[in-house]
Amino acid sequence: MASEEMEQLVRREYKQGFVTDIESDTLPPGLDESVIAFISQKKGEPQWMLDWRLEAYHRWLEMTTPSWAHLDYPPIDYQAISYFSAPKKPEDRPQSLDEVDPKLLETYEKLGIPLHERAALAGVAVDAVFDSVSVTTTFKEKLGEAGVIFCSISEAIRDYPELVQQYLGTVVPQSDNYFAALNSAVFTDGSFVYVPEGVKCPMELSTYFRINAANTGQFERTLIICDKRAQVSYLEGCTAPQRDENQLHAAVVELVALEDAYIKYSTVQNWYPGDEDGKGGIYNFVTKRGDCRGDRSRISWTQVETGSAITWKYPSCMLRGKDSVGEFYSVAVTNGRQQADTGTKMIHLGENTRSTIISKGIAAGRSDQAYRGLVKVGSRAKGARNYTQCDSLLIGDQCGAHTFPYQEIGNSTSTVEHEATTSKIADDQLFYCRARGIDEEDAVSMIVNGFCKDVFQELPMEFAVEAEALLNVTLEGSVG
Amino acid sequence: MSAPQRFLERLPARRGDEPSWVAARRQAGAARFEAIGFPTRRDEEWKYTDVRRIADGDFGLATHADYDRDQFESQRLALDAYQLVFVDGRFNAELSDLEGLPAGASVQPLSQAIDQDAEAIGGSLGRLAGVDFSPFTALSTAFADEGAVIRLAPGTVVEKPISLVMLSRANDVPVMSHPRVLIMAGANSEATVIEHYLGEEEAANFTNVVTEVLLERGAIIDHYKLQEASLSDLHIASIHVDQTRDSRFNSFNLSLGGALVRNDLVADLNAEGAETGYNGLFFVQGRQHVDNHTLVNHNAPRTFSNENYKGILDDRAHGVFNGKVYVKRDAQQIEAYQNNANLLLSDRAEIDTKPELVIYADDVKCSHGATTGQLDEEAVYGLRARGIDEPMARALLTLAFAGEVMEQVKLHAIAERVERAVAGRLPERFNLADLVETAEAVQEA
Repeated sequence: MASEEMEQLVRREYKQGFVTDIESDTLPPGLDESVIAFISQKKGEPQWMLDWRLEAYHRWLEMTTPSWAHLDYPPIDYQAISYFSAPKKPEDRPQSLDEVDPKLLETYEKLGIPLHERAALAGVAVDAVFDSVSVTTTFKEKLGEAGVIFCSISEAIRDYPELVQQYLGTVVPQSDNYFAALNSAVFTDGSFVYVPEGVKCPMELSTYFRINAANTGQFERTLIICDKRAQVSYLEGCTAPQRDENQLHAAVVELVALEDAYIKYSTVQNWYPGDEDGKGGIYNFVTKRGDCRGDRSRISWTQVETGSAITWKYPSCMLRGKDSVGEFYSVAVTNGRQQADTGTKMIHLGENTRSTIISKGIAAGRSDQAYRGLVKVGSRAKGARNYTQCDSLLIGDQCGAHTFPYQEIGNSTSTVEHEATTSKIADDQLFYCRARGIDEEDAVSMIVNGFCKDVFQELPMEFAVEAEALLNVTLEGSVG
Repeated sequence: MSAPQRFLERLPARRGDEPSWVAARRQAGAARFEAIGFPTRRDEEWKYTDVRRIADGDFGLATHADYDRDQFESQRLALDAYQLVFVDGRFNAELSDLEGLPAGASVQPLSQAIDQDAEAIGGSLGRLAGVDFSPFTALSTAFADEGAVIRLAPGTVVEKPISLVMLSRANDVPVMSHPRVLIMAGANSEATVIEHYLGEEEAANFTNVVTEVLLERGAIIDHYKLQEASLSDLHIASIHVDQTRDSRFNSFNLSLGGALVRNDLVADLNAEGAETGYNGLFFVQGRQHVDNHTLVNHNAPRTFSNENYKGILDDRAHGVFNGKVYVKRDAQQIEAYQNNANLLLSDRAEIDTKPELVIYADDVKCSHGATTGQLDEEAVYGLRARGIDEPMARALLTLAFAGEVMEQVKLHAIAERVERAVAGRLPERFNLADLVETAEAVQEA
């Protein structure tokens, strides 16, 4: 049996010294089975979890890096990455805001981020600034009353193994794609949410409030399950540029919506985009997928992507249940040397399923941006309906904007519409604003915000306000 | 033996008097084709089209060009045109007719052009469609020894259309043909060229055609491709267009026949003022498969393109549309519009469509749209409320859907032929028999 062999292999390698290594907090760069065993051991995971990781690892070994995206980056050396590092000790972090890069603080100022949050975001040891325990405690009590489980994925594997085992990898299988396979093998953190039947989650869940959110790690794994008639709104990331030393991020997010459930997933991503030449920025290779498993279920993705040197991201919906609904609202802004290949997939399998795609791309500087989407209507998806709109705005003559929408339609009772436009900010619009005393930069930001309005209005209130401010900061210096 | 080798084995022995550049190109085409082989669905360009029916086939080469004249007369377009006729890729001089061709225009079979005017065409033939474009252009480069060469001297205006008729015969053993069409339009010349594919009902041949069109400053070419071959014919075509300043190219790609049809259209707009129009209609039934790949390269500022493709799919037919608009860095003030609409008449029909924009300049107006759906039930109801029965209402609406493309067609004879063909082949639930009868009665009177 292959699995027995594998187990033996794992045990043997333990003997060869990894037990002694457990005391150490950071692994040297490199990836093999012993590294995976180490991560699993460190997290105190059960055997099935380790087996699952190893299976993913073996699949990953057989796969090759995808090359179809409209992206250009040097090959990644996966053996040069360290796959586990324990959270930083408070004494290693900056002790106060004075020690933080002033450029970063300037950006926080522009974004209007509250003072104590700035410290947390900049990685200042939290207990040196303010005590987040009280916030977290009231928060946990409220969720507990409602019966909502919200914890890190590692805790969930320990405390709710049946739920994790039932759902993990059912939306994004281990071998789904190269980066998902890698993530399945080595993920170290992420969130787990379970909203029980009939419960409307009393508050918006945000990674920011999770106690260990300060160190999210580079291989996040998020699993959100919404039981029958349940509802949840989940916010990921934050608008402030985050300090992060890991260059490669390969996260996996799985959403499961059962009958009549509604999951709203909002992302604001603003990781380090690299210097003027595009060097050193984050590679954001994310697999996000929602499964509308139950009838009348609904999954809504909203994303504002402004950071990262390279973004490779396609939040998708599998519309299985009858009358289920998938939505994708996206604003992607690229400046400098950033590259983004992003979009969505809407797979219509159930009858009368509906999906809406609104994608707004803004390219400035020397950046390159692509919308890549798939709308697939299966032969049984009678009455399926899709509407897609993707608009691109080009600022400057050195950037690129591209659209690659795929439509595969196998049903005559379905209606699929796609519209796309590419243009620049019209001179007459600018002139109109200038004539009324608005300076050029403000005029551009006003016009750009108007361009993105359809998406921003889908964001939760505070997020929307921050996103607008973020857009202005990102586009700074691209006009004139 | 591999499939490419099996195909290349059919290469005829080279003629001793062939110019050396022709021989060299043939060799290059064969080498390239043998190296890359047939495309598979793993190639992005062939993701939705499986060519195994071709690759697994065993096709000979036609040995003669005989075709029954009466049959030809009954099939040909009701149109006064200059015509060159080819049967399974071989030139048929008897059925061809070039009488009255203006002095500045030259229309000749490729074999004759190679023999007599090798120097004049040598630089242009294969310039746009090299061996690297696709395995099929490589295959064509290896085999092509026949086709049509149309040359227009500067300022020449050819009033009557030039029709290239490609007939496919029902042979005991299926054959393949690799015709090349070369159109060289001098400055400010004008002409209409028709490529017409048809043949015997039982024909099951493989046609692999490559067309190259070079337009000098201010030249205007209308290009029609009317595909009416038998429902067993396999057809791969690519059309390559090179446009200089202020030239205009209009393509009408009307696809009704064939079991497997693949069209690649590539236009390079290389100088200011160049303009391209792509108009397409395909109507497929049974298990027909039609794949249209179009590409417009805006390589220069102030160039324009407009594309409108419509598809009607019935039964288990499969349609593919891939339209790409490319705008080069610094090619400012571009206008590019693209539209693809598909009508599915059956639950088992499938359409895969991908309109792409790749844009590297900011002062542009580009848009594309793609829709797929069924007939508007309210429109059906509206017609029924006016006393038109349901099948007729559906048929009329289907024809109206095609109408948007057909009304761009300037040659009345072609528009009428296509509309009749669509009407005549609509399923019974779209009964148009009465309408067709009435139309015929009107025409006779």
